[in-house]
Amino acid sequence: MRYRRRMEIAGIIAGILFLGLFARFAWLQVVQYDHYHALAENNRISLVPAPPPRGVVYDRHSVVLAHNYSAHTLEITPAKAGKLEATIDQLSEIVEIGSGDRKRFKKLLAESKNFESLPIRNLLTEEESARFAVNRYRFPGVEMKARQFRQYPLGSSFSHVVGYIGRINEQDQQHLNEEGLLANYKGSDHIGKLGIEAAYEKWLHGRTGIEKVETDSGGRAVRLLSRTPPVAGYNIYLHLDAKLQQVAESVFGDYRGALVALDPRNGGVLTLVSKPGFDPNLFVDGIDIASWRELNDSPDRPLINRALRGVYPPGSTIKPFMGLAGLELGVRKPSDSISDPGYFSLPGSSHRYRDWKKDGHGIVDLKRSIVISCDTYYYGLAHKMGIERMSAFLSQFGFGKKSGIDLDGELPGLMPTPEWKNKRFKQPWYPGESVIAGIGQGYVLTTPMQLAVATMALANDGVVYKPQLIRAWRNPADGKLGYAAPQVLNKIKLNPEYVRLVKEAMVDVTLPGGTASIAGANTPYQFAGKTGTAQVIGIKQGQRYVEGQVAARNRDHALFIAFAPADAPRIVVAVMVENGGHGGSTAAPIARKVIDYWLLGKLPSQSAAQQLKAAAAAEQVEENEDSGPAEEIASPALPPPLATETPE
Amino acid sequence: MILRMIRRTVSHLDGPLIGLLLLLLMLSVAVVFSASGENGERVVSHLSNIGVALVAMLLISHIPPQRLMQFALPVYIVGVFLLLGVALFGVVVNGSRRWLELGVTRVQPSELMRLAAPMMLAWYFHYKQETQRGRDFVLAGLLLALPVGFIAKQPDLGTSLLITASGFYVLFLGGLSWKIIAGVATVAASALPLAWNYLLHDYQRQRVLTLIDPASDPLGAGYHIIQSTIAVGSGGVAGKGWMVGTQTHLDFLPERSTDFIFAVFSEEFGLIGNLFLLLLYAAIIWRSLWLAAGAPSLFGRLLSGSIVLTFFTYAFVNMGMVSGILPVVGVPLPLISYGGTSMLTVMLGFGIVMSAATHKKLVKT
Repeated sequence: MRYRRRMEIAGIIAGILFLGLFARFAWLQVVQYDHYHALAENNRISLVPAPPPRGVVYDRHSVVLAHNYSAHTLEITPAKAGKLEATIDQLSEIVEIGSGDRKRFKKLLAESKNFESLPIRNLLTEEESARFAVNRYRFPGVEMKARQFRQYPLGSSFSHVVGYIGRINEQDQQHLNEEGLLANYKGSDHIGKLGIEAAYEKWLHGRTGIEKVETDSGGRAVRLLSRTPPVAGYNIYLHLDAKLQQVAESVFGDYRGALVALDPRNGGVLTLVSKPGFDPNLFVDGIDIASWRELNDSPDRPLINRALRGVYPPGSTIKPFMGLAGLELGVRKPSDSISDPGYFSLPGSSHRYRDWKKDGHGIVDLKRSIVISCDTYYYGLAHKMGIERMSAFLSQFGFGKKSGIDLDGELPGLMPTPEWKNKRFKQPWYPGESVIAGIGQGYVLTTPMQLAVATMALANDGVVYKPQLIRAWRNPADGKLGYAAPQVLNKIKLNPEYVRLVKEAMVDVTLPGGTASIAGANTPYQFAGKTGTAQVIGIKQGQRYVEGQVAARNRDHALFIAFAPADAPRIVVAVMVENGGHGGSTAAPIARKVIDYWLLGKLPSQSAAQQLKAAAAAEQVEENEDSGPAEEIASPALPPPLATETPE
Repeated sequence: MILRMIRRTVSHLDGPLIGLLLLLLMLSVAVVFSASGENGERVVSHLSNIGVALVAMLLISHIPPQRLMQFALPVYIVGVFLLLGVALFGVVVNGSRRWLELGVTRVQPSELMRLAAPMMLAWYFHYKQETQRGRDFVLAGLLLALPVGFIAKQPDLGTSLLITASGFYVLFLGGLSWKIIAGVATVAASALPLAWNYLLHDYQRQRVLTLIDPASDPLGAGYHIIQSTIAVGSGGVAGKGWMVGTQTHLDFLPERSTDFIFAVFSEEFGLIGNLFLLLLYAAIIWRSLWLAAGAPSLFGRLLSGSIVLTFFTYAFVNMGMVSGILPVVGVPLPLISYGGTSMLTVMLGFGIVMSAATHKKLVKT
């Protein structure tokens, strides 16, 4: 009987414990049901962003400057892959994984969060893709993805204009977060870092789509539940002419320097060269350290966009503007002449500001002062005008100000004033500093872009357009083209007579007797220009600059500004050749060849023509794609980018 | 003639209990099929396990308890020696010394002890039933402590605790005084902190800590508990339906045909299914306890009772573990989990219960 009693007690205890279990089940399955249901759904469903294809960048003739192509990458999600080293070792038995791939992966791993998938190998071959597909089951957390890759077919020619995209880093992420755009970049690994790619990032990127997929515990998609398709980014058409750009590049030869060509009728940037360039394709998936060092440490500074960030004394190219200032401000009359002894001295001083011609130019009026580039004329003019009036007048042409071109990183140069000097050096302005400013030396600093803009203002009789790279865009949603309207920055009030006089003088510069007569020989159009030479090192009193005795990197920079045809200008060019020596002999011929090509379609030479990759590229432009936007100009400004409504 | 043969064959089986067991086994086939991802091979192998186990049950039900009793002492002694052998010459697998290498095959003597220990104790009490005194419990306790000590040292905490339980059930049913039970419980409770610090291995401590806060190690030890709790909870009242549990079929559940099969069942059949399963288990336990209580011999009563309560313990510990209230120990859900050994031992146990209940009272020898 005792045993039966114990059995009953045991049975009752078991029943009570089962009741406890039932209570636990009820707690989980009824009270907490919503919570666990959500967790299970979370397990099951992942929202996979579908990154949009990035917009294509074309030149004015629809030559491709930046485009995408598809290829397979192998990606690892570290959180799901188990032991990374072992996984990579095993993978390397199937596909080739170099030490560079491993290094890049480690770098990405250090920068990323664990649940992101990171590429271990890009551009899988077909055979490798097939081999991985067969072995896929062995690698949880490893996936093969079809990815879009960015490519710059014309390489270094457009490195400074088109720029490049690179992997999104923490800083980019912070920026995107501040702008509320982070959601639209889920699934995007790249962002514009430089040039057009950076400036028009919001338009080029497009809107990210979303795929709702059911996944298993290995993170593999089992089934597609729903899909919001991505919307491609805008295609962008630039004013640039790829062929002109390559002509300009080729005529530079081995020189370093910059060339800016503008369309004076609307401010469109026809060419923007900064030599040397670099291959932007290197940067897209992370540049390797050796290449980076080579670029960054090179004394040629290929990473600097000289057209926008190179600041140089304008030298004698400032003279047409100074001459015009003298007339407009009433400091000089057109007929006023000086007798040039070869130097200028301030009253009561024995210091001689020397002309480049030792014995002087004799009798010089305004027109002649530009044609033969007389320094003495401008020493006196500048002294009489004073720095304040000079600075105020020249600023209207854009000296000392950013041009506002649609690229980042432009430098403003410097148009000095006494206030500036006081603030900067705590020193008063000395009259001698005005004197040398009159020939574009001393504190005056300009970028090649500023020189081009100022020359455009002159060519346009005072109308200054904002330089613009973008010419048109195509909205992928409706396929319609929009056009960028020219933007007038300034309309300088100028006496047409005075402008005509200065322009005539600039035409004479390229004629026999002018400083650029050799470069200007036999032009079938009116070629207006002005040479300039900017000192790199100071020459002491009583010494002369002798080209042959100066180390190559200390030689003068050669400058040339030009527009043509002078009576109805269609192109404005500013050239700066680093350590090129004389403007007339080095810089002017470059401008001439660029203008020849633009106005006459004349290529510099047969051999050079063959090097033009753009020529070949232009022929590959598909007719149906579109034969470049038409001439008319409609839309006032770029519409807001697609990413206004951001997906979850 | 044939009918008589059949009747003879099943003469020692208990109808209601067999019915309940078959119902549970049918359920297990359905769950294993779903858990294995419609793996036909797995189901065939599971069915053959069930077949073997049923035949074994049938055979053992014909062995009278007195015959079984004769084996109790020798099996126990052999078991203890084997455990001693393990401690001296055992093979270390996964950090535990549990196996004994016997040339062609390896054996795990602790498995033998699961049945040998309660049999030994039941035999002891049966042997001493006329002259039973308080010190007999002490001696029985020592008989139990010897193999348990060996097994705990391997270390195999789960098995040693379960054998302790099965031995304790014999003592309890044998009439162990409540005072001693309370005393031992008090001592054990106060010794818990000491055991925590000095007796448990790191991984054992970790399992307990993981139970308290699974989120502390979501991809490591906590993963099993987190995923199985999600599976149970997301089953809701009615369940997601057979073969469509997302946790199961998308591979989130670990060990889902074996130790964690209850999560599959619970996800697919919900609270209603769980209630049904608990009631089925309760019915089996109730019926077999009733059979045990009615067994003619003391040995039969004690051994059957211990077997039934151990069966309950397995079921309770497994479901508690899967639903996240008990630490993860390698205990299958009896008669549901895939796996031949567990199936065989549990069905042998029920065969003994039926045998003990249906054989006539033995003449004292």
